Amino acid sequence: MKPWNKERAEEIIQAHRNAEGAALPILHGLQAEFGFISEEAVVMIADALNLTRAEMHGIVTFYHDFRRAPPGRHVLKLCRAEACQAMGGDALAARVRERLRLGWSETTDDRSVTLEPVYCLGLCACAPAAMLDGRPVGRLDRERLDALLDGVQP
Amino acid sequence: MTARVFIPRDSGSLAVGADEVAVALASAARKRNTPVEIVRTGSRGLYWLEPMLEVATPKGRIAYGPVAPRDVEALFDAGILGGGAHALRLGPPEEIPFLKRQTRLTFARCGIVDPLSVSDYRAHGGWRGLERAMRFEPAAIVEEVVQSGLRGRGGGGFPTGIKWRTVRDAESAQKYVVCNADEGDSGTFADRMIMEGDPFVLVEGMAIAGLATGATKGFIYIRSEYPHAVATMAAAIEAARREGWLGKRIADSSCDFDIELRIGAGAYVCGEETSMLESMEGKRGVVRAKPPLPAHHGLFGKPTVVNNVLSLASVPTILSEGAKFYRDFGMGRSRGTMPIQLAGNVKRGGLFETAFGVTLGELVDDIAGGTASGRPVRAVQVGGPLGAYFPRTLFDTPFDYEAFAARDGLIGHGGIVIFDDTVDMARQARFAMEFCAVESCGKCTPCRIGATRGVEVIDRIRRGVEREANLALVEDLCNTMKFGSLCALGGFTPYPVMSAIRHFPEDFGASPRLAAAE
Ligand SMILES: Cc1cc2nc3c(=O)[nH]c(=O)nc-3n(C[C@H](O)[C@H](O)[C@H](O)COP(=O)(O)O)c2cc1C
Ligand code: SF4
Ligand code: FES
Repeated sequence: MKPWNKERAEEIIQAHRNAEGAALPILHGLQAEFGFISEEAVVMIADALNLTRAEMHGIVTFYHDFRRAPPGRHVLKLCRAEACQAMGGDALAARVRERLRLGWSETTDDRSVTLEPVYCLGLCACAPAAMLDGRPVGRLDRERLDALLDGVQP
Repeated sequence: MTARVFIPRDSGSLAVGADEVAVALASAARKRNTPVEIVRTGSRGLYWLEPMLEVATPKGRIAYGPVAPRDVEALFDAGILGGGAHALRLGPPEEIPFLKRQTRLTFARCGIVDPLSVSDYRAHGGWRGLERAMRFEPAAIVEEVVQSGLRGRGGGGFPTGIKWRTVRDAESAQKYVVCNADEGDSGTFADRMIMEGDPFVLVEGMAIAGLATGATKGFIYIRSEYPHAVATMAAAIEAARREGWLGKRIADSSCDFDIELRIGAGAYVCGEETSMLESMEGKRGVVRAKPPLPAHHGLFGKPTVVNNVLSLASVPTILSEGAKFYRDFGMGRSRGTMPIQLAGNVKRGGLFETAFGVTLGELVDDIAGGTASGRPVRAVQVGGPLGAYFPRTLFDTPFDYEAFAARDGLIGHGGIVIFDDTVDMARQARFAMEFCAVESCGKCTPCRIGATRGVEVIDRIRRGVEREANLALVEDLCNTMKFGSLCALGGFTPYPVMSAIRHFPEDFGASPRLAAAE
């Protein structure tokens, strides 16, 4: 993830602005680059797409994916949906939150990791499941989970 | 001769270590100076055996699994490349009972071919449906799909051919085919497996839909939770373009058809077709009132076919083998095969494609083998977060759209989530309401406010506060949601909630004796 850079943001917006239905491609592009959608970015996209700032704000906040603050160095998405619940997902989630002392969508003070909820990763036959920095992890149990957490927060 | 070993690379297999196994295999082969070609495939869908690798032998493939990296040395010593004996040897994959009992039409190639090899696809029967479709008048393609009896696999079960006919009959210079790959239902992963394991079948199905309806442009809306599916699909579209199966004058015909990807952003409701269209237009994913139907007034106001991945991926078989071949599978008004997904607390979890008509009990007890925990199965949720919870007493229900509807349930996208006897059904009912509240698009009050109220009331029941009155309140609330919601998010959340209350009253504070009488 790179630090905020207005010129780079403008490039990303320009690259997508002519796509049909450009808002989501732009938002994904910006989040991939900077890790979140800053207020400044919201204004820039609104200008580029001829929308009011309020409209653009409404779009960004509608979608769970778009972060309004920078994430930690690692992002752990833990599945909270039914198939993972059936395999003890709730207890694992409680353990992660306790160990990291985090609520959902929060980042540790040392900025090492952000914990996000996700509702199904399509790994439901290998539950409980998670995704760490885009890498899928299945058949989680206490040991595997601890090993994951040791890797992101030594 | 270089030995060939097939190792899956779909995200389900990666999640349990397929890459690590591939690395260990390559290094063991190097150490022994044995040339090995490792082919990465999709998954066969026998997930309890993943990572499962297959070795090509003169007598066909031999499978081994589940393989851990530390097993690889021993496997080599056992002569795995010749199909040698080992505790992890499973024999020919087609003979594994879970696979042998299936009828794989839509998933015929998944787990067998290199997903990005156009020639592999062709060698395994690909492109034949499109080639046959090209010899038909568009109306005849539509008729073939109508006659096949194919119904939407995304949940609604609407006849696919009828939808195509509506779009075909609509007058417009521009029409679209939109593939719904939002697959938000917990317990489902069949769309993901197709996109990661046999993406060309979706390309082919969409191209046929384009020919049939006169649409020249397709979009696939893939959920952002599926980055691997996005990557494979993007590469497949590139490859298909290179080989002339997409773009201008596809396959030397006079027709144009091309596909673009759009990525979702974590909103479950965007799986609802009109919410998805709004999202693709760059707006908030607020559900549209129907009519107008997307078939008349869809993406950017143009006539649009919206179909699930599995619906579209079933079309090439229908065109290549004929409507009758497909229609001859199934029961009642549910024709053909359904890729069923067995998930949750399950001993043999994975993809089971079979003709409609198999009972829930056969699926759960026989095929899936019950729970992973070894404890008794207490409840199964069928059809995702909007689907009902079924108790064992309803396990005689056949897998069929109408049979499930008759029991206040739905088959949805074909996901079955198994729970053992430690499940707290009041907690599951609460989750259903909570999920609805979190994911509501906000357009209707019964869904937006009702679901939040539902969570509060169920919390009171769980604390034992005025149980009878609060149960009556939940039922009222469910009725309001059912009849006052614009889409199935608010409208069907009552299914999991009321089925939990009805079939498992003891979890809501009823005494066991009362529960039996109720
Ligand atoms: C809340 C909600 C979520 C839905 N999610 C999906 C989905 O993820 N995938 C899908 O194909 N259909 C989903 N649907 C059904 C679609 O609205 C639509 O019926 C379907 O895409 C039509 O394709 P089909 O006829 O091939 O099934 C959903 C419906 C609702 C109400
Ligand atoms: S039922 Fe819920 S999700 Fe569906 S349109 Fe109404 S508010 Fe939106
Ligand atoms: S429910 Fe957790 S991966 Fe599907």
